[in-house]
Amino acid sequence: MAEQKAPSISHSPGALPDFRNLGVIARTLLAVNAAAFAAAIARGPDAAAVAAQFVEIASWVEPALFACLVVLYAASGALARLRYAAGYAVTVLLVAAVSTALAIVQARYVRATAPAALAHSLVFAPALAVLLLEYFRLRSRAFSPALAEARLQALQARIRPHFLYNSLNAVLAIIRRDPKAAEGAIEDLADLFRSLMADNRQLIPMREEIVLCRQYLNLEHLRLGGRLQVQWNVDEAAEDALVPPMLLQPLVENAVYHGIEPGMSPGAIEIRLALEGDRVHVALSNPYHAEHQHRQGNRMALANIRERLQLHFDVEASLEAGVDAERYRIDMLMPYRKAP
Amino acid sequence: MTELRILILDDEPHARERLRELLDDCRDEVPHVVSGEAANGPEGIECLASSPADVALVDIHMPGMSGIEFARHVQLLASPPAVIFVTAHDQYAVEAFELNAVDYLLKPVRASRLAAALKKAAAGARVTREVLERVDPHPRRFFSVAERERITLVPVSDVLYLKAELKYVTLRTREREFLVEESLARLEQEFAELFVRIHRNCLAARAAIRGCERVSGDESDAGWALLLEGCGEKLAVSRRQWAQVKALVRT
Repeated sequence: MAEQKAPSISHSPGALPDFRNLGVIARTLLAVNAAAFAAAIARGPDAAAVAAQFVEIASWVEPALFACLVVLYAASGALARLRYAAGYAVTVLLVAAVSTALAIVQARYVRATAPAALAHSLVFAPALAVLLLEYFRLRSRAFSPALAEARLQALQARIRPHFLYNSLNAVLAIIRRDPKAAEGAIEDLADLFRSLMADNRQLIPMREEIVLCRQYLNLEHLRLGGRLQVQWNVDEAAEDALVPPMLLQPLVENAVYHGIEPGMSPGAIEIRLALEGDRVHVALSNPYHAEHQHRQGNRMALANIRERLQLHFDVEASLEAGVDAERYRIDMLMPYRKAP
Repeated sequence: MTELRILILDDEPHARERLRELLDDCRDEVPHVVSGEAANGPEGIECLASSPADVALVDIHMPGMSGIEFARHVQLLASPPAVIFVTAHDQYAVEAFELNAVDYLLKPVRASRLAAALKKAAAGARVTREVLERVDPHPRRFFSVAERERITLVPVSDVLYLKAELKYVTLRTREREFLVEESLARLEQEFAELFVRIHRNCLAARAAIRGCERVSGDESDAGWALLLEGCGEKLAVSRRQWAQVKALVRT
């Protein structure tokens, strides 16, 4: 099923980069300045001349560059709502308009002459915008196979076969005695697998991810009973945050597998979702069992989530994991994007 | 045909319940009685002491002591139960079972498969200790000592040193000593992470090492004795092992 769907990913038109993202802004600054430097080299015969040329070019380029970034930052929400082609065109037009306007202002009030820079703004700024948009499109496409892969992996490894078979076994155990509870458990299982097999490319509200985790934990409760304790601590505002799908569930599953199952006595998983300024903080912890060391699956899940965070939030998201005071802790930070 | 006495060992209550149901379903085919139920290895061994069983249905993946380790310990009994392993998904174990022709059941278990496995066990199919060691190369969590038809479990982490004496190995804990019928060389291999050889006939727990003391010894001794926490004895260190032991004392 996943194979059949995979081609649709490469044909997808893609999405505009998030102009509010630090990574996108940094990449744009770097690229435009590199282009300015290249132009300076092309014009100047020697090092001194190149430096002078660069200063001259920069004095035209930097104000326009910053103005464009500010305008795109402000328009980012509106642009994201447009279809890709329309958003693309509006972005390029905005860049052309802003840089030309700035060139006109600069030529009239700051400098006496109106040099060729005016024409340059009209040609180079939109050209650079197109190049950068293409770069961002290719970049996100480069991540897409990883996403398709991630979905397959999710099916094979994320929900551990161990969990599936044990859950089915637990359902079989209650089916004669408590058919109602068995029905509920099978519904939870169905929802869980539906989410796993869904197209996992779009961001979803954290709320949905929480529901999924609760369904998953219901099933684990059925199996582990009182050995599994869960403490949720959810900031209401954090429920609206947009997050990559299957962000929390694999981590919670790891917490059960490595933190609760190996323990002879009951253990607690703590899940905290909070809004800290303009960032969402996800903190998860579980008891640590040093002797239960085969953490291969855990590393895979962490690497996969890191990759998806990077794709969606670039450098603005982080994920850290470690052992502290007998508990294994995971901390994730990502920018707060409110769900519509 | 006499009734087969069956022990059910699984850490999940629903999984035990399910096995009981399935056993009920195949009662006509294989007459039996459930002689005990336990949630972990040590409990299961306790259970066998008070009510012996002919067959044990044992989950592999349990906290504290794996099902395979449980099977290794019960081999010390004069008439150990036939062990049938049950697992939801454990690729390693399943491969090892296949390789060594050990019978196992996959969860969810089918009544027909269960009945067939019980019949085979009743007919005398047994796994040997050697096969179990091959199947699960992980170090055990417990040593087991057979005392008057009872098995006493000694947590590996409680043992301060292991000393070879004739055909036995002495285990020394803070409280007392135990004799086990094992080879020191194999113990050294199995527990390389926890114990260090300090003498031809002795392994000491790395975590218990507290220091060393000069003593006068014979030719082969290094002239140093090792001090362990919770134990008044001084253990002679051989010249050959001294360099390695010295490094441990320092750190």
